[in-house]
Amino acid sequence: MLSFLGRRVLFTIPVVLIASFVLFIFVRATFDPTAQLRSSHADSASVAREKERLGLDRPVVVQYGDWLGKFVHGDWGQSERTREPVFGMIRRALWYTVQLIFWGILLSATVSIFVGVYSAVKQYSPLDYTFTGLAFVGLALPPFWFGLIAIEFLAVQPVNWFHLQEPIFSFVGLHSGDSTGFNLDYVRHLALPVLTLTVQIIASWSRFQRAAMLDVLQSDYIRTARAKGVPRRQVIVKHGLRNALIPLVTVMALDIGALFGGLIITETIFSIPGMGRLFYESLLAGDATVLVAWTVVTALFIVAFNLLADVLYGVLDPRVRMA
Amino acid sequence: MTGLDPLLVVEHLSVEFPTDDGALHAVDDVSFAVMPHETLGIVGESGSGKTVTSMAVLGLLPTRARVSGAVRFRGQDLLGMREKDLEKIRGAKIAMVFQDALTALNPAYTVGDQIAEAVTVHNQIGRDALATRVRELLTLVGIPNPSERAEQFPHEYSGGMRQRAMIAMSIANDPDLLIADEPTTALDVTIQAQVLEVFGRIQERTESAIIIITHDLGVVAGVADRVMVMYSGQQVELASVDDLFYNTRHPYTAGLLASLPRLDRRADKADRLHRITGQPPSLVFRPSGCSFHPRCPEARIGGLCTEVVPELREVAQGHLSACHFAQDIFGVERVS
Repeated sequence: MLSFLGRRVLFTIPVVLIASFVLFIFVRATFDPTAQLRSSHADSASVAREKERLGLDRPVVVQYGDWLGKFVHGDWGQSERTREPVFGMIRRALWYTVQLIFWGILLSATVSIFVGVYSAVKQYSPLDYTFTGLAFVGLALPPFWFGLIAIEFLAVQPVNWFHLQEPIFSFVGLHSGDSTGFNLDYVRHLALPVLTLTVQIIASWSRFQRAAMLDVLQSDYIRTARAKGVPRRQVIVKHGLRNALIPLVTVMALDIGALFGGLIITETIFSIPGMGRLFYESLLAGDATVLVAWTVVTALFIVAFNLLADVLYGVLDPRVRMA
Repeated sequence: MTGLDPLLVVEHLSVEFPTDDGALHAVDDVSFAVMPHETLGIVGESGSGKTVTSMAVLGLLPTRARVSGAVRFRGQDLLGMREKDLEKIRGAKIAMVFQDALTALNPAYTVGDQIAEAVTVHNQIGRDALATRVRELLTLVGIPNPSERAEQFPHEYSGGMRQRAMIAMSIANDPDLLIADEPTTALDVTIQAQVLEVFGRIQERTESAIIIITHDLGVVAGVADRVMVMYSGQQVELASVDDLFYNTRHPYTAGLLASLPRLDRRADKADRLHRITGQPPSLVFRPSGCSFHPRCPEARIGGLCTEVVPELREVAQGHLSACHFAQDIFGVERVS
């Protein structure tokens, strides 16, 4: 197991290096950090000075090496938009996104596993058909649409319908005013964005879990367990779910990794200053320094969660550990 | 046969599966009894209903299967029994050994855990006693280093070892009846012999009755007391092992016996083994009359064979056959 882990970790190093190099080149080729200076009609001498200060006059490979060295040491440069250190900006944004992902995944995993197992065990029951129908509707609800509909019908309109003082669910940020920590206010802010981000995830994971569970329930070892006299519930959970979770956990890890840079629309709709919003704002401002760091950080998360998926697979399936 | 009450009685057992083309008769009116300490062999080709019969006994068929008839174990009706009560019999009184132990064992748990589960499902037992019991069972089926082996996963076992582990699991509660479904099919011949030897040892020790389901007549000849031959979901012959081999009363059995390669006889003509021509019939659309008639070398076309479904009847003491012409002497010699 340890050598499997070691090999797998070593393998990610070239992946990360290649990904960061490609991302660096692409951002450099697309954005010009001196664009702002140019547009303010600065003379060519001051543009050249700025280029030299940023090292843009050197070959791109040298620039990359320079950037990588600083990146590893936590010096991610300064935003051209806000003049803040990029490291702090991303750390702050990441914290918001991590909160969304944590609650969203907790909800998605719980609901999907329950729905998937139920649908498989009671295949073709009315509730299975209901879940199947809802899953297809859910898959067809993109966040930009569902988020706005949720705000309208779960926050804005209920105020008129029930003559409320204020909406039950808030849709701006994760806290109101100076409130902090885990409290009712936090839950009221979280509800809609978490719902928005989970709808499609629950729809796809529950279908996946249903298929995996159906597959496992037909296997010979389930029959063996029943022939041993193991009670039905124990057969389903201990023998069935234990094996059906293996493929789901892999899919989960991969999906979660992609979420760190994937909540651009949800965060924008709900004005949450997370990674998605940071990307959106930096993109509009042409903030190359932030964009390089941002794309590399999200790539790191994807690689890390790919690694996690592999490791979990090995932990859950004893047959993989050997190889 | 002894004067004891039978352990298991199966009467007019039929199993149908609904399909788009109509009902599929997987098992059609099968009756047999198993006496205590007896070994009954059930023989037939793939799809003849051997496995479905055994699954029906333990109520392990999918819910869409329509089962009728009666299955009584020590006088208790198993077919009408609630799942909760059946769970107390499965693995404790009647245990099963499945074919292909690689897929029949759960890949996520160690062999020791899976054997231990068979014990703990039916008994309250302390940890140390449980570990001892698992080692004991593994030793009984001839697995060396039981303490180490118990910690290993099924994929770390060889095929023969897995089948033994499977057997160890099934005998964990000293069942009265052991149903072994093709226990040696996935194994090579030397391992087959070893596994069959394990069954013999177990039967001596626990005095359980065994139903051994196989398509291998050689296995049956070696271990069974009586043999039931199935064809197309129906039983065609039921006799003591000696009668079946030397006093065959059904042309299908005769065909099966003639297809066995034999060292003591030179294959004449084209140097080929005898084979039963044609294909097994569809279980949805059965041939009229005797379902074996399209393939039967003795069939009287236009007569009884194509018109009338033959009854299973006693043609000699303890020898049942479902052939209209069972009284005519059939034998291996004649068919080959």
